Amino acid sequence: MIHDVLALGVPFSVGLLLAALGENFNQRAGVFNLGCEGVMSVGAFLGFLPSYLFATSPLLPWAPAVGFALAAAVGLCLGLLFALVTVAFRAPQGIAGIGLQMLGWGVAGTIFRHFIGGVVGIPGVAAWPIPVLSRIPFLGDVLFRHDPVVYLAFLFVPASAWLIHRTPWGLRVRAVGTHPRAADTLGIGVARVRTEALALGGAMAGLGGAYLSLCQARMFADDLVAGRGFVAVALVYFGRWSPLGIMGGALLFSLAQALQLALQVAGIKFPYEFAVMLPYALVVIVLALAGRSRMLGPAALGRPYDRETRV
Amino acid sequence: MAEPIRELALCGITKRFPGVLACDRVSLLVRRGEVHALVGENGAGKSTLMNVLAGLYQPDEGRILVNGAPVHFRTPADACARGVGMVHQHFMLVPSMTVAENVALGLSSLHRRLRLDLEKARRRVAEVSDRYHLPAEPDAPVWQLSVGEQQRVELVKTLCLGARLLVLDEPTSALTPQETDDLLERLKRLAAELPVVFISHKLAEVKALSHRVTILRRGAVVFSGDTAGKSTAELAALLTGHEVRPVRNEAASGDGAVVLAVRELKIRADRGHLAVDGLSLEVRAGEIVGLAGVSGNGQRELSDALAGLRPVEGGSIRLDGEELAGEPPRRIIERGMGYVPEDRHQEGIVPSFSVKENLVLKDVAAPPFSAGPFLRLRAIEEHAAALRDRFDIRCASTAVAAGALSGGNIQKVILARELSRRPRALLAAYPTRGVDLGATEFIHGQLLALRASGAAVLLVSEELEELMALSDRIAVVYRGRILDVVPGREATRERLGRLMAGVEA
Amino acid sequence: MLWVVSVVALAGLAAAALSSLVLLAIGASPWATFVTIFTGPLRDSFTASEIGVRAVPLVLVALGTAVAFRSGVLNIGAEGQMLLGILACTAVALNAPGLPWPVLLPLTLLAGALAGAAWGAIAGWLRARLEVNEILSTVMLNYIAAQLYTFLLRGPMIDPDELMTGSGTPQSMRLPRGAWLSRLVPGTRLHTGLLLALSLAFLVWVLLWRTTLGYRLRAAGAEPRAARYAGIRVERSLVIAMLVAGAMAGLAGAVEVVGVHHRAIEAISGGYGFAGIVVALFGGLHPAGIVPAAAFFGLMLVGADMTQRSAGVPANMVLVLEGLIILAIVSAGMFVRNPYAQERTARLVRRLFSKGPPAPVAAAGPAAEGDP
Repeated sequence: MIHDVLALGVPFSVGLLLAALGENFNQRAGVFNLGCEGVMSVGAFLGFLPSYLFATSPLLPWAPAVGFALAAAVGLCLGLLFALVTVAFRAPQGIAGIGLQMLGWGVAGTIFRHFIGGVVGIPGVAAWPIPVLSRIPFLGDVLFRHDPVVYLAFLFVPASAWLIHRTPWGLRVRAVGTHPRAADTLGIGVARVRTEALALGGAMAGLGGAYLSLCQARMFADDLVAGRGFVAVALVYFGRWSPLGIMGGALLFSLAQALQLALQVAGIKFPYEFAVMLPYALVVIVLALAGRSRMLGPAALGRPYDRETRV
Repeated sequence: MAEPIRELALCGITKRFPGVLACDRVSLLVRRGEVHALVGENGAGKSTLMNVLAGLYQPDEGRILVNGAPVHFRTPADACARGVGMVHQHFMLVPSMTVAENVALGLSSLHRRLRLDLEKARRRVAEVSDRYHLPAEPDAPVWQLSVGEQQRVELVKTLCLGARLLVLDEPTSALTPQETDDLLERLKRLAAELPVVFISHKLAEVKALSHRVTILRRGAVVFSGDTAGKSTAELAALLTGHEVRPVRNEAASGDGAVVLAVRELKIRADRGHLAVDGLSLEVRAGEIVGLAGVSGNGQRELSDALAGLRPVEGGSIRLDGEELAGEPPRRIIERGMGYVPEDRHQEGIVPSFSVKENLVLKDVAAPPFSAGPFLRLRAIEEHAAALRDRFDIRCASTAVAAGALSGGNIQKVILARELSRRPRALLAAYPTRGVDLGATEFIHGQLLALRASGAAVLLVSEELEELMALSDRIAVVYRGRILDVVPGREATRERLGRLMAGVEA
Repeated sequence: MLWVVSVVALAGLAAAALSSLVLLAIGASPWATFVTIFTGPLRDSFTASEIGVRAVPLVLVALGTAVAFRSGVLNIGAEGQMLLGILACTAVALNAPGLPWPVLLPLTLLAGALAGAAWGAIAGWLRARLEVNEILSTVMLNYIAAQLYTFLLRGPMIDPDELMTGSGTPQSMRLPRGAWLSRLVPGTRLHTGLLLALSLAFLVWVLLWRTTLGYRLRAAGAEPRAARYAGIRVERSLVIAMLVAGAMAGLAGAVEVVGVHHRAIEAISGGYGFAGIVVALFGGLHPAGIVPAAAFFGLMLVGADMTQRSAGVPANMVLVLEGLIILAIVSAGMFVRNPYAQERTARLVRRLFSKGPPAPVAAAGPAAEGDP
């Protein structure tokens, strides 16, 4: 059974992982985007849409790629919208995030219900087992028999670490999130860097959502995202703003979910609702344990920056 | 790299903020080879003017000329590109990054798109370090450096980024006297190569270092000329607009009983080390004890512990014999401990509350300000009116939000609240920081009056002049303990400076 | 004044414009939809009374939210707190059917409030003791509460009749008459809970602005550091605020059960938890603003239902409107409150309407020596 749990848990974590890695850029730059959930909803819908529209057309094999691209593009726009409100207008990030979440949730739900409205399955993306490695007993199934998006997502973990620590852009992001005034006096546009980070974060949240509908559930429903966007934000705290820590957290959460499914399949009597509750309770516990670590995070996180405020 | 600046002129700069005219047609001329001091009280407009020069603010009127040609700095990047190098009073260094990374931040445009080239930054730091005799270790994380070292790093960083003109905003505010002298030496050497503008309100330094001085009062220039021609007293008079007679503690110190006794206090800092390590101090009734020391030697932790906001690891704090260490703030306040906090905006007042609401912040739950669970608005109103008169708090009405008042008036609100409670002991942390001379005189007067009434006053300050003028005894704190206690009359700048640097008497 | 009005108007227009985009995307006419939403309910006395019905839980949740936000705790958990309130209230009512209504009714309402308060206290305690971000914890608790609710409603608390007839609709038994709130206006669903909500609005005002507890809550929310220095126990204030907020949300849930549906059903909370937050913000976190704001949102909710039936615009559209309104309010709020924003906009406007950058004032050269 452990084998099943792990084999399921790894791909389950991808949606969360992508969104959380994106949110990491936001938070490193000093902004936390609770609207991640709404962006993921929109991304999930847009990921699903081309496959639904092309269902009977010869373009069907392209549908997933189009879906991902669309989700990333619109996610980026929503990130920019959030930047407008929280960076340009300097609105409080928490409430603005909830506003974005409701907006995204509402838009995805409205358009879906109006045009489609039911449970419609889509083919999704086929698995690409890696030639030699997937034959390794046990580990082969767990790690190397997934669809390509899974591999890309996990590759993005070292990639985003590199982006943050080894590029000039990453240096600017870190400066802006820790001491924006210092960055400002050096001529670095705080608003610009934050907007760039939010755009990237939004695109990744969109991708995460698209993964959920395209590859994981292979359908779309109003409540598909089910709070994963919020979990992604919590994971960034839990992972101490490090891509590796975030990956660990994502795996933890999705293993809990996989456990729930495996228990049911194994026929173990466990009330369905409690099993569903488990991952959320886990997040609360994780937040409780990680709470004090806020001091290690980007010092300017959550505070809007205004150059003209008299120091 | 920008071309050298031979001459920089600010012409008729005017800058307004909501409700305040910060700069009023100010003009300034700096040439290479000279150190130009910009002097004024807090709030006179010096920092604003320099921020305009650095591209942080946009002037409403006026212009800037470099080597005779007009320039327009729309952003700090423009000013940087033209060679204006500003060293701010509060360091603009990212604490979690190394020196080289901080420099690399400013050199961003020179990197290849995707690779962060720290080597280049390290080399630049080494070059500048050698050339200008400003030792700085490129790979040291900034948060580990002392205040003096951080300031050197700021200078190095500014020079690394191609500064052709240096502007230093209150560079010596956080330094010991010895570090100050050291800095002034280095600046003299730098001045030979580039124009230097330095902002200060410390007239002794102005006399020691500058060739020319411009004095601002309420945003306008009241004097601009050679420093040599004016004495410190004349400069002070120009600064304030009237004769300055500093308030001094002349009365003999009484032999009152010990009111506040701190023994072997041990407090752990956020970062884990012992910020206060066996500190012992006594303050008697009817005396002012000054606490001198470079900031970062445990003053913050000591103040927080005295207010009940930080756990104490060892030792004791007794007020009139009662143990207060570890008690919650509520009890400490009830026992008679008053506190004027360091950060008046966030610790002293609730900025969005009205003045009258702030004046009862500590006593709201008891009569006369409340009856049972309900507030007695009339009593609060009357109390506020009385305090406003007694303490000369300048505000349109007591219903105005306290955060909108000027620094000096906010401090008066805080003092009014604390003093009207007739505390047994008062801890005043940096009470005149950022406050204009008029309000400073008033605050000093109030502290002396409190002393005369028999309370014990512990004054924490970084202004040695203030400590020497007011204190009966001055204790110097270094690395979390009191190194020595010097009687007020015997305190000199040199002696205190040595103690602050850790050199035992 | 002109500034405030123009900012608010612009924000409103932006929200309307963006929601129109969504409406156009689904092929509905924005104008027709807005007209239906905002005037439809007023055409008929029944639907007009429905506005009041919707407003009651909105007022209650918004009042609790206002107390929380003003105390510095961003409670997003009203949805979950409502559900707990519904469960507790239903459980009490069903287990004590014999009690006379002057005892049973208040008891059920109290049970609802206490359950909501307890659920809110979890997040409050986590924030006070462990510095856990309350937005995240309350959102997670919402999901947990939803699962708990479904579990109980499909299992232990299901109406035995449902099991017998095999229809399996997840709902509890009908509440005994003693636990019903009477109708205010016969022929409508408007009930005496409205009076309860209005009196609580007054009481919350008194709490926040006329009591020492309220003073301390507001101080802790406005500037926690200064409050601490003044001896106010900020952590305790946070928990109290969450207790109050949770109680109000729990009460809202209980009121919905005893006033409207008379049993616990599946989609009962109807998004009031989130809508209540928007109402609180829209009402400026003040009871005097919350009551009219709740009426306005009640109008919107009834109208949205009508558009679903008439124009086929899904009810989710309401979420879009709510989200845009939040974004518009927080953006507008920053502009209205920030004096620098006004300055900067004025400068921008001046620059846009003049040709090129302002000509530099031809000032005299550097200052003359020794000016008096």
